[in-house]
Amino acid sequence: MKKWSMQGFFKWLNNSESSTKVISSIIAILGGLLVGFLVMLAIDPSKAGIGLWTILTGTFRDGTRSFGQTIHYSVPIILTGISVAFAFRTGLFNIGATGQLTMGAFAAVYVGINWTFLGPLHWIVAVIAGALVGALWGSIPGLLKAYRNVNEVVASIMLNYIGSFLSILLIKTYIYNQELARALSPAASAYLPRLSQLITTHRSSLNFGFIIALIVVAVTHIILNKTTFGYQLKSVGFNRDASRYAGINEKRNIILAMTISGAIAGIAGATMYLVPGRLMTIESSLLQEGFTGIAISLLGLSSPIGVLFAGLFYGALEMGGFYLQVTTRFVPQIIEIIIAVIIYFSALALFFQKYVQFVINKVVPESEVGHE
Amino acid sequence: MIPVIEMRNITKTFPGIKANDNVSLELRPGEIHALLGENGAGKSTLMSVLFGLYPLDEGSILVHGEEVEIKNPNDANKLGIGMVHQHFKLLDNFSVLENIILGFEDTHRGFLKYDEAHQKVIALSEKYKLKVDPDALIRNISVGQQQRVEILKMLYRDADILIFDEPTAVLTPQEIDELLNIMRNLTEEGKSIILITHKLKEIRMIADRCTILRKGKGIGTVTVKDVTNEKLAEMMVGRKVIFNVDKGPSKPKEIVLEAEGLTVFDSLTRQSVVKDVSFKLREGEILTIAGIEGNGQTELVYGLTGLKPIASGKLLLHGEDATTWSIKKRNEEGIAHIPEDRQKYGLVLDFSLENNMILQQYNDSRFHHRGFFKFDAIRDYAERIIEKYDVRSGKGPLTYARSMSGGNQQKAILGREIERQTNIVIAVQPTRGLDVGAIEFIHNTLIKLRDEGKAVLLISLELDEVMTLSDRILVMYEGELVGAFDPKKTDEYELGLYMSGSKKTEVLS
Ligand SMILES: Nc1ncnc2c1ncn2[C@@H]1O[C@H](COP(=O)(O)OP(=O)(O)O)[C@@H](O)[C@H]1O
Ligand SMILES: [Mg+2]
Repeated sequence: MKKWSMQGFFKWLNNSESSTKVISSIIAILGGLLVGFLVMLAIDPSKAGIGLWTILTGTFRDGTRSFGQTIHYSVPIILTGISVAFAFRTGLFNIGATGQLTMGAFAAVYVGINWTFLGPLHWIVAVIAGALVGALWGSIPGLLKAYRNVNEVVASIMLNYIGSFLSILLIKTYIYNQELARALSPAASAYLPRLSQLITTHRSSLNFGFIIALIVVAVTHIILNKTTFGYQLKSVGFNRDASRYAGINEKRNIILAMTISGAIAGIAGATMYLVPGRLMTIESSLLQEGFTGIAISLLGLSSPIGVLFAGLFYGALEMGGFYLQVTTRFVPQIIEIIIAVIIYFSALALFFQKYVQFVINKVVPESEVGHE
Repeated sequence: MIPVIEMRNITKTFPGIKANDNVSLELRPGEIHALLGENGAGKSTLMSVLFGLYPLDEGSILVHGEEVEIKNPNDANKLGIGMVHQHFKLLDNFSVLENIILGFEDTHRGFLKYDEAHQKVIALSEKYKLKVDPDALIRNISVGQQQRVEILKMLYRDADILIFDEPTAVLTPQEIDELLNIMRNLTEEGKSIILITHKLKEIRMIADRCTILRKGKGIGTVTVKDVTNEKLAEMMVGRKVIFNVDKGPSKPKEIVLEAEGLTVFDSLTRQSVVKDVSFKLREGEILTIAGIEGNGQTELVYGLTGLKPIASGKLLLHGEDATTWSIKKRNEEGIAHIPEDRQKYGLVLDFSLENNMILQQYNDSRFHHRGFFKFDAIRDYAERIIEKYDVRSGKGPLTYARSMSGGNQQKAILGREIERQTNIVIAVQPTRGLDVGAIEFIHNTLIKLRDEGKAVLLISLELDEVMTLSDRILVMYEGELVGAFDPKKTDEYELGLYMSGSKKTEVLS
């Protein structure tokens, strides 16, 4: 029995296109942790070990609370990660998740403040508003690309800034809180319900955002892998010419992919601000979450399931960083260093993939390889 | 005499396939050594090992009698080995000169010694009669000229062992003659050449010896003048090959496709590249459009299939005006298209083979239920095509198209298009770059289609192919149809005159 499963594993190593990719993502992660460790070693050798341990185990430090908190941190990142990954599968680089997220967040918060008549449906409608406006913002570079062949990277970078400034204008005009110099806070009925309302023993801030993220993961996974629609999207992404040859409407697919990508980023924005205590600001800087999504999408190999795990890993690092600050002298910026290094290493994934394939070919005994 | 290269018992395995299995090869100084084998036999792999692109699993390589380890192309360059790849590796927006010196730049205090490089390239191109303008951009020169750039690249690096991977596959008959002359010049100057090909005619014309590969195994090395073409072909495919195809008279029936004064523009220059072309295609015949590459055949097919808009004129399919139909509609209304560029249009290289088999039909209710794929039905369908068209690959329906050899890619496309059961088949250079076994198969398939009553429009540059397959021949020159012929009443010489524009008659469709 044991022997059989080992053989199965070897076979997967050898034959699966995905195995080398997964392994290279893991190498990227280990590389990031190693660099983080070295930095801590340089700062304070006596505490570096504890520091690394804290980062890795932060998630489990306070039972279900820290665990729930980890997941809570990861939700917007999972969503922006999927937004980027989804567009990427259609051959589009959506660097504009930030703008879509900002516009989506504004719409969600606006509905959250004003449409109190909705009662128990309030938060759901607010999330949908975020998705719709995010979709609208994402569709613009899609339309430009499809009909005017404008590079989506350029268009969506510009829309990031337009979105950022437009949201400031809109906040100041419609939902401004003079005293705090921030947006007003949404009504309580618009907050995403906390899971602690369902499971009373649970103490983290984890809310329905995670359920939404799981639904988005499942839906995008199914679209991409099981449906004719996903087939078209991927076909256009891999080879526009062959798709045209086959009669696939590439323009329609480009627009749809960007629209859906924008909607997911918009939902991410809604989950960030439909919570107590976080208010939209009028700072003219772009929200970081959209860019982190690019890294997470890369680390998650542009697959929804991969992004889910990469996003949770990101949440765990954030949580670890929190405890790092509490228990050692290290600044939480160590976490940012680790994440930055992981991003660099993920970008080098191609190199790792080659290297991993080479090592597999060397290490795995010839007799284990299935010959067809 | 010490051989310049000795490859001993080379074995190279890819996941699921032994691409080279205990192969040996010996290259003598000053010889042209042909490497012959069907598509997928492992020729490119063997040469990639020699050029340092893949590590070898087993075996050894000796250069000038000394065992060497070639870990990457730089090692190969240092040993004087150069390679012209099957798919050129040039940068489109760089000049000829820049491409030649790229990665081998000679600098003085950080500045390129541009003038010296320029002179060296001109000297080389004169010495070996490799005419090419060093300042032209790659994207503006012909495929034949690009190949010369690749050759100059090797010579610039002082290579004296030259590997050519199927260099003639992309060339016109005239360009092939020129290339063979260049290769003769090179050997006279002391270079040694390995020529990968599966055209027996070329081997006979130029090679001294020939090593044959079949399914990864070395079958043997022969002196070319001691063996017949039949023997070579048999060693290559492992069975007797019939060089002549059996073909009865055609029985043309209904007109299914009609072009009336078709004009198509080049998308960049806005000049017409297809000019006022009219013809009729009937069920049960093979109509061939012959011509030298670049005379508008490609754009004519784009116009017929919808990849480019028809600027003026009319296209009728089954008597209906189809001039403005979408590609999808034309696909569904009965056009199958075996495209000229199989990697650009024919396949999604990063899709599995089975996903490629449903490229036009993914939306057919056989393959999905309310938008959700029926994976079993797709698998069955793909397996049927693989079996019927003898598509060989490492992992069957799950093989990525990218990892398949050109011939098997072509067979897969052929199978996909024919199994769509359309009654018009447009085949553009369907045998380009393929070996005799595959060519025989494709020719027989096209004739079978005709005999089943389908209409076949063949676009071909190979006069052999034109003469064996056609029921009617049209010659295209500079975007116009300049002659119509009955293959029984013409010969290659006469067609050649029309193809080169020396003669022209009014074509009445
Ligand atoms: N990089 C690769 N990965 C996996 N399989 C490969 C790769 N390159 C070639 N092959 C396989 O090895 C075999 C030999 O290929 P190749 O050397 O390209 O053949 P040839 O040049 O004789 O047509 C083919 O079956 C091909 O699919
Ligand atoms: Mg080859």
